[in-house]
Amino acid sequence: MTSDGNPDLAIELRGISKAFGPVQANKDISIQVKRGTIHGIIGENGAGKSTLMSILYGFYKADAGEVLIGGKTTPIPDSQAAIDAGIGMVFQHFKLVENFTVLENVILGAEDGALLKPSLAKARKLLTDLAQEYEMDVDPDAVIEDLGVGQQQRVEILKALYREADILILDEPTGVLTPAEADHLFRILKGLKDEGKTIILITHKLREIMEITDTVSVMRRGEMTATVKTAETSPEQLAELMVGRKVLLRVDKVPATPGETVLSVRGLRVVDDQGVERLRGIDLDIRAGEVLGIAGVAGNGQSELLEVLGGYTQGTGTITMNGEQIDLTGTASDARTRRARGIAHVPEDRQREGLIMDFGAWENVAFGYHHSEPFCRGLFMDHGAMRDDCAAKMERFDVRPPDPTLAAKNFSGGNQQKIVLAREIERNPDLLLIGQPTRGVDIGAIEFIHQQVIALRDQGKAILLVSVELDEIMALSDRIAVMFDGRIMGERLPDQTDANELGLLMAGMTGKDAAA
Amino acid sequence: MDFLDIIQILDSSLRLATPLLLACLAGLFSERAGIFDIGLEGKMLASAFLSAAMAAYTGNVWLGLLAGVLASLMLAAIHGVASITFRGNQLISGVAINFLASGLTVVIGEAWFGLGGRTPQLEGAARFHEITLPFADAIRGVPFLGPIYADLLSGHSILVYVALACVPATWWILSRTRFGLRLRAVGENPAAVDTAGISVVGLRFAAVMICGVLCGIAGAYLATALSAGFVKEMSAGRGFIALAALIFAKWRPWQALGATFLFGLLEALGNRFQSLELMGIAIPTQFMQALPYILTVVILAGFVGKAIPPRAGGEPYVKER
Repeated sequence: MTSDGNPDLAIELRGISKAFGPVQANKDISIQVKRGTIHGIIGENGAGKSTLMSILYGFYKADAGEVLIGGKTTPIPDSQAAIDAGIGMVFQHFKLVENFTVLENVILGAEDGALLKPSLAKARKLLTDLAQEYEMDVDPDAVIEDLGVGQQQRVEILKALYREADILILDEPTGVLTPAEADHLFRILKGLKDEGKTIILITHKLREIMEITDTVSVMRRGEMTATVKTAETSPEQLAELMVGRKVLLRVDKVPATPGETVLSVRGLRVVDDQGVERLRGIDLDIRAGEVLGIAGVAGNGQSELLEVLGGYTQGTGTITMNGEQIDLTGTASDARTRRARGIAHVPEDRQREGLIMDFGAWENVAFGYHHSEPFCRGLFMDHGAMRDDCAAKMERFDVRPPDPTLAAKNFSGGNQQKIVLAREIERNPDLLLIGQPTRGVDIGAIEFIHQQVIALRDQGKAILLVSVELDEIMALSDRIAVMFDGRIMGERLPDQTDANELGLLMAGMTGKDAAA
Repeated sequence: MDFLDIIQILDSSLRLATPLLLACLAGLFSERAGIFDIGLEGKMLASAFLSAAMAAYTGNVWLGLLAGVLASLMLAAIHGVASITFRGNQLISGVAINFLASGLTVVIGEAWFGLGGRTPQLEGAARFHEITLPFADAIRGVPFLGPIYADLLSGHSILVYVALACVPATWWILSRTRFGLRLRAVGENPAAVDTAGISVVGLRFAAVMICGVLCGIAGAYLATALSAGFVKEMSAGRGFIALAALIFAKWRPWQALGATFLFGLLEALGNRFQSLELMGIAIPTQFMQALPYILTVVILAGFVGKAIPPRAGGEPYVKER
């Protein structure tokens, strides 16, 4: 079937549907993307944004619907067809061969002939030209695994440009970037737009949508709920469209009233399996009734800090909890002893460290405390008590569906996080370690989780918050410490700093470097 | 031990290393594409049997070689369908192929020839014979280099030279051609290959088939060149030794040559020194003959440095979700 569309539209999707088993990821989606614009697609996690774009790139096959490119019906059975149609995609998780060079990655699949040498020579020339044109400096001979994520992302963009893509899709491109890198990316995208290329930006960050897009489409639960001009909308309106109800974007909180020091860390060092020093002498204090936020780009030692405090990595230095020194290497350095001391931990990776995905919610809610009352009687577990306890917690934390026997993997990201949070908070800890509390969590649940954290603070508990989302750190923290390369670069008060200053610290520059 | 003894030991090492080298390169193609293959052993065995059987029927060793390669290709195709198309467990598929080959060769052999699983003794044109390289006799008299050329390099069956030629060929294909780049990429990150618009399934099947051809040659060499006929279980764990050599060689062709030659040398030493006295202690024959297997265990236990396998090795490719 050939149907004529508007040739001014770079892409038109008509009635796209896609189901994964019983889950309807995309329901009858239609969208029009004008040539030469930056078109945002926003929606909560699981709204179906990535699925829709993967269909457009030929990575998944749609169950129904058609794709029009430049006004012509274009079937896209596989990625090769998408590339031929001038579509390039930068996935959220990069599709690069880690131990290949930049050049090899760029030509993979787009070689000129059976022999590599001429292809590589030609690609090197073209790549240098492209890199200059769009100020994307990358060494063509660098090996991917030696590059930072920002650079790897540029390689992905270059890959698409090398294949002469006219339409570039970027899936959550700023999740792994520092604010400065994100700004650089947006400059590149604007340059591409000026060249007449069409860009589709998938994100869940309202700020980015407002900053860079011309038009924005909102998705909710697999459906396209609205498409509006960015200039004619507001973050509040978009948030409402995403969630389907009014959302409080700010966190309401009263000023903190910090009490005694709960946790005191001095000269903390951690060396990993490869012999690399991941923490290089951390000093910090957290008092009762305050939230200390740790900002930083992922991989600068925040994870190790949480792990050593939570008791599943060993380190050197001293940690004092409520005035008593904590064992860092001996037999009492395990997570169970930490819990007994009043340290609760909501790990960064809830699917790997926070939950056992195949186990029921009622079992997951008991983990870590399964050896104590009321879950345990002598040698045996009291399943009835565990289920009742889980049901009660699910009600208080608004976990949906409120079914204790459902396996953890069958809950959405936000509800999984609520299960972990319920387990840790309800044990009344003195200190809560919480890592990436809202990663992969939808806006509605973010609001709830933030309220819980602040409520815990107001009960006089100490909270150590680690997050790569600067907005979250700014919103929740009473003090902000910035980590870079295993060190704390500095501490700031949220009302006396801004994203720029924190961004510089996150990139390892102190105030002096920035001024120079 | 004089110079000629050393030449003789090296000569026999080369003979014994040849099937290992072919199987090792076979495994290299498969594993660099991300498909683990512990069925090298079974493919060699099946090829050894069918090549010997065909050579015995027709009296033509080349037809035997062809039949052997086809047998090996068939098992490779089964491995491909199980582990690529149906995304099954590659180790289990490999184990199944080994059992299948081990049982079928004996059962069919007994049905066809009634010699207790053996094939008839191969003679004349039904076997690969040693070929003498040009000028071998003329140069033999030259001191040192003469014997190396005439006695060590010359006087092997054509398949030995084929195996040796496969080493630079494999290196060239992997590092210098488009196919090689894609093959290495699919073993490291199949998603990168898929999103670049190349068929992951097609590439992996190609690699598994190349593996089948090389295993087929290795098996035919065992039955029609190294020996004169098929004997049950004649592959004798060589497929597994080749795997150990592959790890030892860190999945690289030139290193594979070195590693398999080392195993060949150990086997040759074991054969030559049936009884050996070292510093007054008699070393049992069994120990000497066990040397290659002992080295295999040592290598697989990771005593020879860190070997990093292809990152997507052993994992069926499934798009996310």
